[in-house]
Amino acid sequence: MDDFFSALMQHTFLQTAVATAILASIGCGVMGSYVVVKRIAFLAGGIAHSVLGGMGAAVYFGYEPLHGALPAAVAAALLIGWVRLRWRAQEDTLISALWAIGMAIGVLFIAKAPGYQADLMSYLFGNILLVPEESLWFMAALDLLLLTIVAAYHRQFLAIVFDEEFARLRGVPVGFFYLLLLVLVAVTVVLLIQVVGLILVLALLTLPAAVAGHYVHSLGRMMLIATVLGALLSVTGLALSYGPDLPAGPVIILLAGGAYVLSAIATQLLGRRRARLAATRGAWQGETRA
Amino acid sequence: MSSIIDIQGVSFSYDYSPTLSQIDLKVAEGEFLGIVGPNAGGKSTLLKLILGLLRPQSGTIRVFNRPASQASRLLGYVPQYPSFPRDFPITVEQVVRMGRLGLGQGEGRWWALWPGRGSGADGDAVRRALAEVEAGGLAKRQIGSLSGGQLQRVLLARALVGQPRVLILDEPTANIDQRMEGEIFDLLKGLNERMTILVVSHDVAFISRYVSRVACINQTLVCHQTEAVDGEVIQDLYGESVRMIAHAH
Repeated sequence: MDDFFSALMQHTFLQTAVATAILASIGCGVMGSYVVVKRIAFLAGGIAHSVLGGMGAAVYFGYEPLHGALPAAVAAALLIGWVRLRWRAQEDTLISALWAIGMAIGVLFIAKAPGYQADLMSYLFGNILLVPEESLWFMAALDLLLLTIVAAYHRQFLAIVFDEEFARLRGVPVGFFYLLLLVLVAVTVVLLIQVVGLILVLALLTLPAAVAGHYVHSLGRMMLIATVLGALLSVTGLALSYGPDLPAGPVIILLAGGAYVLSAIATQLLGRRRARLAATRGAWQGETRA
Repeated sequence: MSSIIDIQGVSFSYDYSPTLSQIDLKVAEGEFLGIVGPNAGGKSTLLKLILGLLRPQSGTIRVFNRPASQASRLLGYVPQYPSFPRDFPITVEQVVRMGRLGLGQGEGRWWALWPGRGSGADGDAVRRALAEVEAGGLAKRQIGSLSGGQLQRVLLARALVGQPRVLILDEPTANIDQRMEGEIFDLLKGLNERMTILVVSHDVAFISRYVSRVACINQTLVCHQTEAVDGEVIQDLYGESVRMIAHAH
């Protein structure tokens, strides 16, 4: 860890990596909280994986993979959202199909990409150390877009994630805001692909928010804690992976997974202890009354 | 008096078998209408048609002289089953505040995209609505920590906070005990002085103490009257061997 911090002072690529992790955490905390409370992790997974189609196409036609990722993510979000709104009965089958089709398209494009063979592994599992400095501006712009829209429409978003039927009765255009929410999830997925790659995105999107959800009773606080937690987990994962030269993405995910499991066990035990205390207090009151 | 809800020849089906057929029903301003009938008789479906959440395959529904789907903001709705997970990280106050969405907003689809800010008046309205249903002390509680009766009061406050002209309740007392059932209906009786109320129930005997009129629904409108519901109608509605308990009016 000490090595990491002294290296951080010297090397700009490490500073860029830390900045990447922090910028990605903002999206992960805010949109991850919506994904967790609305229980649409499966939809988010479908969006994340079908992004490979766009990245593959970008590589094939000689563009930056990230430039293919954003339109592909948005297209996947709209398609999956439309499936969910229109064909509720076969939702899971259709989303699984889109999930796999997107990846298949991506693999074919990459296999046939002319010249330099792109490194498939770094798309799938991310490589935070290779993020170019220019990408930081792109990420910051996406974060700003995300925060602006969420700030403007947080009442509508809360209404549709909490109770769609009631939101519709209050005149909220549920379909529009549902699709907008999924598009913002898609933007977040693109942010997170830089850090952990598209296979592991789902974990970083949901785990910090799920841990936060164990302790708070409001969506706003959940977002705040999930953002801070996401940043802590990614930077710590980066630091731990640096010394032994491990890939950072999987280390970050293992940390997040560990934090989630520990937190889940702790809240279970706390809940049981609270119930036991309440029960003994009840019994004691019963005795004194008798 | 002209009717504020006007249902004419409405039929509705979810799939192959009709859920409602040829319903004609008018509701006048200030009524307290009880809608009774057996399970799966189409009571909740009728409410959803009035709310504009479903569209009838035939017939027309006009609410305040508009198509039902454009009048929902004038209606307050208390669903039978809350359609949200109980562990959602949200307080009672925030839930009730959602009933203020769309207030002060113009008509039409473009207005609905206006972000709209909550105002200071929202906070006051939320406090008043919670006080009215005698749930003022619950404001800061997490929604999952409420008992069935408390949750019902909160959902009622969420419907009231939008200043509805008609209150629509689907089995408001299905999940709570009998003493609380009376309290909720006493509350509704008071609210009826300033708004029209439609309430679905399976308990004819109980609600006839409170309502001004009963409509019995079992796919069709079986009865539709102000008189006390007698044994014959109950038999029409539910079939044989229903135990009637006589009660004075």
